[in-house]
Amino acid sequence: MSVARSDRVAVRSGEDLLHLRQMVRQWAVDIGFGLLDQTRIVTAASELGRNMVDFAGGGVVRLEELADLGRRGLRLTFEDHGPGIPDVELALRDGYSTGSGLGLGLGGARRLMNEFSIASKVGSGTTVAITRWR
Amino acid sequence: MMREPAAERIPILKMGDVLLVTIQVEMHDQLALTLQNDLIEAIIREHARGVLIDISALEVVDSFIGRVIRDTAAMSKLLGALTVVVGIRPAVAITLVDLGLSLGDVPTAMTVEKGMELLRFARAAAPQPAGGEGEHERGSQ
Repeated sequence: MSVARSDRVAVRSGEDLLHLRQMVRQWAVDIGFGLLDQTRIVTAASELGRNMVDFAGGGVVRLEELADLGRRGLRLTFEDHGPGIPDVELALRDGYSTGSGLGLGLGGARRLMNEFSIASKVGSGTTVAITRWR
Repeated sequence: MMREPAAERIPILKMGDVLLVTIQVEMHDQLALTLQNDLIEAIIREHARGVLIDISALEVVDSFIGRVIRDTAAMSKLLGALTVVVGIRPAVAITLVDLGLSLGDVPTAMTVEKGMELLRFARAAAPQPAGGEGEHERGSQ
């Protein structure tokens, strides 16, 4: 698997989130995803980006276009230096929320994508990576 | 019509006793909350009996926007106005289900015209004068 191109964007506010959504959509269009997959990817990005803004005071999103055995994909990695998540399994459960949302962010983002990984350490931050393949 | 669309506000139009909101921009979170407040104020001020929220221009409805829409519909119902969400795009509908987000019992319609029909139908089915049904439901959420 190789990374064809990558970029990074800081997300600290609701307006940054809007910009992230636009950027992710443009990448998804460029990679050739159909409308439904574009919508899934942008929605997942919005959920995870909002988590970063709400719980960690913001963070950085890395966008990567992937190429693997002739197929193309988009990987988004959300990295923050917030408080971390003490119980990741619990946080992935639908309806679990410590914020103002519905608690669908993490679990919902996982369902919308093909690959999902999370690493979190209390006191040092959280990294979530999601990938969708064409 | 009723309100000058200042910067960063979504206009609310009055059609008889129905309020029509057409969301034409991708909303950031604060704009969605501002709209919720404006709409609730307008329902009270105009004694509206119905609300149509047209989201056909929205390419993405994430859990936050979904919750704002659902809550707005619940609030307006308590104030005696039925809310119909109009024009959900197919990709958005599929994504909402994938996401696990339900809009609850908020009625939906494909177009503004069909939404108006739905409001008329709902009213014909429940020809209660204003104030009748709201009273025993006044507890806050």
